[in-house]
Amino acid sequence: MPSAIRLTAGHGCIVKGAMTTHPFEEHIPRLRRYALALLRERTRADDLVQDTLERALRKFTLFRHGSNLRAWLFAIMHNTFVNQVRSGRQQQFVDTEYDDSEPSPDTAEDSTTLRDLLGALERLAPEQREVILLVGLEQLSYEETARVLEVPVGTVMSRLSRARERLRTLMSGDTTPQLRRIK
Amino acid sequence: MTAKPITVTDAELHAYVDGQLPATRVTEVEAWLAEHPDAAARTQAWRTQNAALQALFDPVLDEPLPARLTAPLSRSPIHRGVRAIAATAAWLTVGGLLGYALHGWQNPPVEIAQMAERAAVAHVVYAAEVLHPVEVTIEQESHLVQWLSKRLGRELHTPDFSSFGYQLIGGRLLPGDKGPAAQFMYQNPHGARLTLYVSVPGKDTPPTAFRYEEENGTHVLYWVDRDLGFALAGEPERARLLDLAHVAYQAFNF
Repeated sequence: MPSAIRLTAGHGCIVKGAMTTHPFEEHIPRLRRYALALLRERTRADDLVQDTLERALRKFTLFRHGSNLRAWLFAIMHNTFVNQVRSGRQQQFVDTEYDDSEPSPDTAEDSTTLRDLLGALERLAPEQREVILLVGLEQLSYEETARVLEVPVGTVMSRLSRARERLRTLMSGDTTPQLRRIK
Repeated sequence: MTAKPITVTDAELHAYVDGQLPATRVTEVEAWLAEHPDAAARTQAWRTQNAALQALFDPVLDEPLPARLTAPLSRSPIHRGVRAIAATAAWLTVGGLLGYALHGWQNPPVEIAQMAERAAVAHVVYAAEVLHPVEVTIEQESHLVQWLSKRLGRELHTPDFSSFGYQLIGGRLLPGDKGPAAQFMYQNPHGARLTLYVSVPGKDTPPTAFRYEEENGTHVLYWVDRDLGFALAGEPERARLLDLAHVAYQAFNF
């Protein structure tokens, strides 16, 4: 109670714990989650988030007030990611620290499922991976996903369908293991 | 009566898994799945994929944010963004008395910005008044507070700003956006005046952090708390207004 209000240095102030922050800030955790799922490597994922935020800051005047800020930020992240893929910065998916650190599944079976999934995700084409993550992980609607990726909803559905079936095949162990692409 | 044969598209199965199928269709799809075990197995696998993705990556949401991601935001040229939004919301148009939020982003709801504007106008008009700066003077302080509390339908208080050199000299009833508003006026030994404007915002207006506006020497600090909108207006600079706002906040909270 007594410290209900306090100033934060040069940034804004807090009223009853509700900090006045930049509007992007509340979306950063989800941007990070998506970036990590996309790239599977923490430093690179945060690089992507940082590039996205910097781009978004430069373009913020173009943001139409009242529209969906989260979808707008995801769209910028998508464009940043695509540019990086094109320029070769995100071609390879090096094995990661991530499977070691997170999370601690309850059973060995779960653990296998999760590891399988990670391996399978890695083998999806980037555009399929993006769709399955935006829908399945970020739980964006199909329409939002279409806007983020700047493709028709029909394209979202067909990519989603292919991605899910490919994951299912990969995870059921039907295919012979492929070598990981490194560098 | 024979059941109408139904067909279910692949897109509908995905929508079913993702919770994006219209509620009216869910029962039909479930009935269809009961008779199509292959499709049921596929949808179950998709569900598992979603759950696994979330199990894998949700922990990221609870991690503290790295400074390198938040630092650029506090250094950002926020003024430009806020200015653009402010222009869109057209809350600068009336008289242009108020500038744009300098710090503490969050685009203020139009209603709250308008409250600040009304408070600023009321300050400029009445603080300059020599003969009748207030409607009810300090001699009738308890009457003043009771009267304004009754008119606003809220329990009002007069914060004690004497440690900053400002003494209450009285107050008045003003027209607010949706009903009456109250203005309490304070004055320091040099004759400088400070006003606290209180109004009742629309129902369910959430509390806000402090926001600051400034133009032509009038500084306004405003916020919403406990179903009341507050605006402090006067000459003091931002930091001093914040100190005064602490006092006002506490007067209404403790």
